[in-house]
Amino acid sequence: MADNGDNDSQHRVNEGDYVVLKRGDIYKAVQIQKKKKTVFEKQWFFLDNAVGELYGTTFEVVTGGILQPRKPKCVESSADAKEAGMDNRNILDDGKSQKLTRDDIETLKEQGLKGQEIVQQLIENSTTFRDKTEFAQEKYIKKKKKKYENSVMVLRPSCRVLAMMYHGREPGKICHLRYDTLAQMLTLGNIHAGSKVLVFETCAGLVLGAVMERMGGYGSVVQMYPGGGPVRAGMESFGFPSRFHDTLHEFPICHVNALLAGALDTEAKDIDAGVRLLVIASRFHPCPVLLGLIKFLAPSRPFVVYSQYKEPLIECYTKLREQGGAVSLRLTDSWIRHYQVLPNRTHPVLLMSGGGGYLLSGTTVAADTPKMGPTRGEEPPPKRLKLTETTEG
Amino acid sequence: MSFVEYSEFIQEGDVAIIFLGHDSMMPVKVQQGAQTQTRYGVIRHSKDLIGQRFGTKVTCSKGGWVYVLHPTPELWTLNLPHRTQILYTTDIANITMMLELKPGSVVCESGTGSGSLSHAILRTIAPTGHLHTVEFHQQRAEKAAEEFREHRVGHLVTVRNQDVCKEGFGVTGVADAVFLDIPSPWEAVKHAKNAMKRQGGRVCSFSPCIEQVQKTVEALANEGFQEISTLEVLLRVHDVRSITLPLPDFGSDQPLETPTDTPVPSNASVLCKTTTPPRDMAGHTGYLTFATKPSV
Repeated sequence: MADNGDNDSQHRVNEGDYVVLKRGDIYKAVQIQKKKKTVFEKQWFFLDNAVGELYGTTFEVVTGGILQPRKPKCVESSADAKEAGMDNRNILDDGKSQKLTRDDIETLKEQGLKGQEIVQQLIENSTTFRDKTEFAQEKYIKKKKKKYENSVMVLRPSCRVLAMMYHGREPGKICHLRYDTLAQMLTLGNIHAGSKVLVFETCAGLVLGAVMERMGGYGSVVQMYPGGGPVRAGMESFGFPSRFHDTLHEFPICHVNALLAGALDTEAKDIDAGVRLLVIASRFHPCPVLLGLIKFLAPSRPFVVYSQYKEPLIECYTKLREQGGAVSLRLTDSWIRHYQVLPNRTHPVLLMSGGGGYLLSGTTVAADTPKMGPTRGEEPPPKRLKLTETTEG
Repeated sequence: MSFVEYSEFIQEGDVAIIFLGHDSMMPVKVQQGAQTQTRYGVIRHSKDLIGQRFGTKVTCSKGGWVYVLHPTPELWTLNLPHRTQILYTTDIANITMMLELKPGSVVCESGTGSGSLSHAILRTIAPTGHLHTVEFHQQRAEKAAEEFREHRVGHLVTVRNQDVCKEGFGVTGVADAVFLDIPSPWEAVKHAKNAMKRQGGRVCSFSPCIEQVQKTVEALANEGFQEISTLEVLLRVHDVRSITLPLPDFGSDQPLETPTDTPVPSNASVLCKTTTPPRDMAGHTGYLTFATKPSV
């Protein structure tokens, strides 16, 4: 598994690759196509110069929309003793401290000044800058850099990056599934190479892609889909090699009942037998989805159901308890908080996510034969769950 | 059985998880002729376990029953013998995703501790990845290596008994990801950087104390790491309950004629299906700091 050091072509950007552009906390998934204009954060540029560079490289966008690899670590020389104040008691916030007008700044941009140079101009033309405390100066510089810098990082797509992108850009497309909740699903669901996973999602294909990433091309995924066809845009953004697609199958939910009743032949081959793991994340009411699809699971298999709302999962929980066939049922949600870590300025970040959705997780157990012992907080299941035959493990 | 692959039937030498009831489980090493005591009676391995399907109900000697579950890293985390404080699934899930672990990943980890995270990593990186785990306590290192063998994941992991801050991980330029859960992670940052692939990778440090986080973030920045980010995650559990709420009796809207001595009580009530939080919850485990080693 050791890296030879020379053969790093797999670490370099190729034409046709799916990548993710990053600036600060903003991400965008794009495909590398030469001579094609890409827009990102109100800037137009060509991705041609990214080809051949290592993933993770940061580029400056220079005039003409050309990408230039940034020199590593332009040292911020804080060697010059910055003049700074002690506190803000005498600083008046009258909106007049900055002498450059918006037009002035536009002129500077048109002259081709780099982001760092514009920031320097702003500092020099600010009457209050030298009165600010050192911390306030750093904060000011950071804020201006964020606004005027035009660097772009080219990242390899991954669940981490795409989940954060979707949650930041288009949460509605993924039922407001927050990235840490998705992380819980993948782990609680025991998604791993060689699994046979059943996925039902309306999250633009993000959940499907995340599942496939954790399977590494081994095993198989059946994507159940409502309506006309499976949505896979999110999955495509992962840029999986073509062999991964061989493990992916689809199945329309309108045939689920027929399949369960044994009335289907040809399509059943795809579903095979003994689906191992179940992941549900959709805008549909989770209860009928779960109760329908759990019939495909062998015993002692984990399942995970995501819902943006809590009450539908309460219903799921209750119905599963009544029906039996599942243990360790847990209704949870995840709380996440980011921190700013700086010397003497360490604290949680001011804005926090209000919620990331809810999860119901559990493990299947064998359906009971009618006669059995005393219940243990679980009523005896009134009917047998149909178990499909399992092949080798 | 293995922790990285499902099998259908219980065999001798397997580790199985006995599920006794709500939040009550125990691990069991399956052996011919062995017996396991539970509060529901005795489980005879040869008769009740070997050859049975995972997930079936097993009747114990006293007539009570249990379920036998296939082991998973998540179940193992809840049942493993603690030699140290361990990481729980909530943190493990986020670490796995934020380090971008997947089949084929090469990971370096220190300290191994009780192997809770290690098992989860092995499950995720199998069948083609490798875990290099470093533990400076000799007995813990040996115990971990033994468990990995018993759980049929030994081929995916190398345990080294050394001090990561002084001697590093024992490999260089191979790791896609490095994880640190040690008292002074800032002392291992340089070793983490060396262990990682030249073209880049991800690092994570877990620390209970904010002072440790501050020192580690500083060390990461000095070594040129990017995308440095610190966060914490907590799991909130919602207990589903049916509750009965009595309705108040505001009486009739007709004028009172004579004050009655014993007003007829109204037993009207409403049934609600809702959730309640548990009395206590885990409020803090540790801060997770992530960063990316830039490709240079």
